Amino acid sequence: MDKIRIADAFNHGKALITFITGGDPDLETTEKLLPAMQEAGSDLIEIGIPFSDPIAEGPVIQEANERALSKGCTTDLLFDSVKRIRESGKVTVPLVYLTYINPIFTYGKEKFLKRCVECGINGLIIPDLPFEEKDEISELCRTYEVDLISMIAPTSEERIRKIAADATGFLYVVSSLGVTGVRSEIKTDIESMISHVRSASDIPAAVGFGISNPEQAREMAGKSDGAIIGSAIVRIVGKYGTACVPQVEQFIRELRKGVDGAVQ
Amino acid sequence: MGTKGRFGEYGGQYIPETLMNAVQELEEAYNHYKDDPQFNNELDELLRNYAGRPSILYEAKKMTRDLGGAKIYLKREDLNHTGSHKINNVLGQVLLAKKMGKTRVIAETGAGQHGVATATVAALMDMECEIFMGKVDTDRQALNVYRMKLLGAKVNSITTGTQTLKDAVNAAMREWTSRIDDTHYVLGSVMGPHPFPTIVRDFQKVIGKEIKQQILEKEGRLPDAVLACVGGGSNAMGAFYEFIPDTSVQLIGCEAAGEGADTPRTAATMATGSLGIFHGMKSLFCQDRYGQIAPVYSISAGLDYPGIGPEHAYLAKQGRAKYVPVTDEEAVQAFEYLSREEGIIPAIESAHAIAYAMKLAPTMRKDQIIVVNVSGRGDKDVAAIARYRGEDLHD
Repeated sequence: MDKIRIADAFNHGKALITFITGGDPDLETTEKLLPAMQEAGSDLIEIGIPFSDPIAEGPVIQEANERALSKGCTTDLLFDSVKRIRESGKVTVPLVYLTYINPIFTYGKEKFLKRCVECGINGLIIPDLPFEEKDEISELCRTYEVDLISMIAPTSEERIRKIAADATGFLYVVSSLGVTGVRSEIKTDIESMISHVRSASDIPAAVGFGISNPEQAREMAGKSDGAIIGSAIVRIVGKYGTACVPQVEQFIRELRKGVDGAVQ
Repeated sequence: MGTKGRFGEYGGQYIPETLMNAVQELEEAYNHYKDDPQFNNELDELLRNYAGRPSILYEAKKMTRDLGGAKIYLKREDLNHTGSHKINNVLGQVLLAKKMGKTRVIAETGAGQHGVATATVAALMDMECEIFMGKVDTDRQALNVYRMKLLGAKVNSITTGTQTLKDAVNAAMREWTSRIDDTHYVLGSVMGPHPFPTIVRDFQKVIGKEIKQQILEKEGRLPDAVLACVGGGSNAMGAFYEFIPDTSVQLIGCEAAGEGADTPRTAATMATGSLGIFHGMKSLFCQDRYGQIAPVYSISAGLDYPGIGPEHAYLAKQGRAKYVPVTDEEAVQAFEYLSREEGIIPAIESAHAIAYAMKLAPTMRKDQIIVVNVSGRGDKDVAAIARYRGEDLHD
């Protein structure tokens, strides 16, 4: 099998990027969700490694972290689940971990990256590792060919160019101030952020934070290269628990239609 | 590692991108104003005529006689307006925020001392104020919650996680990411992302400066040891900083061991923690092997924190300062002892430093000198200590 690359997610139109917290409500459900999420049209899946203190997350994903930890999900057990899923051949889209720097640092940075490679993780999103601190892990990421995904925010302004110029995989465009969570509207001038990105790099840029429905996904994907949906999916997992798989699948199908409706 | 705000390997700026411009603006503003004569005159005026500085360096004669060893001086930060050292930092930061054109301040608080100080200065300087405090702490420090409300602040009781200081910091950081333009986050300790550990230290170092001047006037020499309690570590850093070059002065931080540093019910980060990255800084944290931040415990809401400021981690690694665990029971005994012996009711936080002084003084010679920083007053703790002793007393 060819090596899976993050760029694959952006090779056929606008990308739909979906997120779940690993081990929420349990790892068995995670292993069922991942193939269903791909089947429903996800081009790339982000998996959150649960953390005790996820400071960039709103209440929906905070609670998912608590549910996963209370059910005994650990970094090692989640790696094992991802490995099983990859070995089954049921999930071939790029997989990216979203976690905080402390779980990686404490696990041992190199050991963590080795396991990413073994288990088929293609990238890392680390919300509390800004541009100025990325040396903490960027060299190891290059060595192990795991993309370190950079983020830009509505407050980034003149920082956007330098972040974009140095970004790998894709660029995560944070749509709004604040933490993750569904929002009724996104007021940020996304077009302006994207045009700053384009002036520095041709890296794919996907918009996340606050996208809660197919309509918003269509709008945000229209302004960029893709839409990232997290809290709206995690909310369904929270509501239906271990019976969430068909509900999540249905919702992602609708998001897919939204994203495909975006002007190319 | 070449990044900013490092104390050896500790410190740094591990925060979401959304906040990066805000901390960089803060750093620029601070670098501009810290040497600005007008800013310093204004701050000095506030410290003197609002906070009541300089605070007294009091010779605790009865305590000295009773313990039968080193002479003990108490630095009376408890006599500052609002009842603790927290006002020093808050006056500096809110004045700075005002200069930066901010109209709103937010802050975390554990025991409520930093929250009260922030609410106070916000009232004085006409700033909107919102405080974040864990639910466990709003329950055990109900008097301070009402105090903050009286001062015009909104108090948010945080029900996530362990519902203590750590979660209050999480909530304040989340709030700051959602509203940056008009809002300054008044971090209360020598922790968090650069430039906070440096700014807070600089606004607190007045404590050690005064100690040095006062002890030289009274004794004509430096003390042999300076003791302070440590949670995040702001009163300790303030007391220690001036003495760092004076290697004859032992610097001793007293951390909260809760039910014991060898039990899971502890908040003694130096004794039980390991290197990690959390709340914007690389430092020592109480955590498990997967980097999950551990639920910590102390009778003292102000020391009930799973980390420690990066400069303390550095001083410990250099061997310049040492850190000792003090249990709840030892702190409560010291709380009662100082009340009876000297007529001074210390904050339960400060009582941790008093407790270690009670152990240390008898091992020292009578011609030696210990200075203990009494970081705050204990009125807020009276009901909790009564409950600890089995009295049916509520705020």
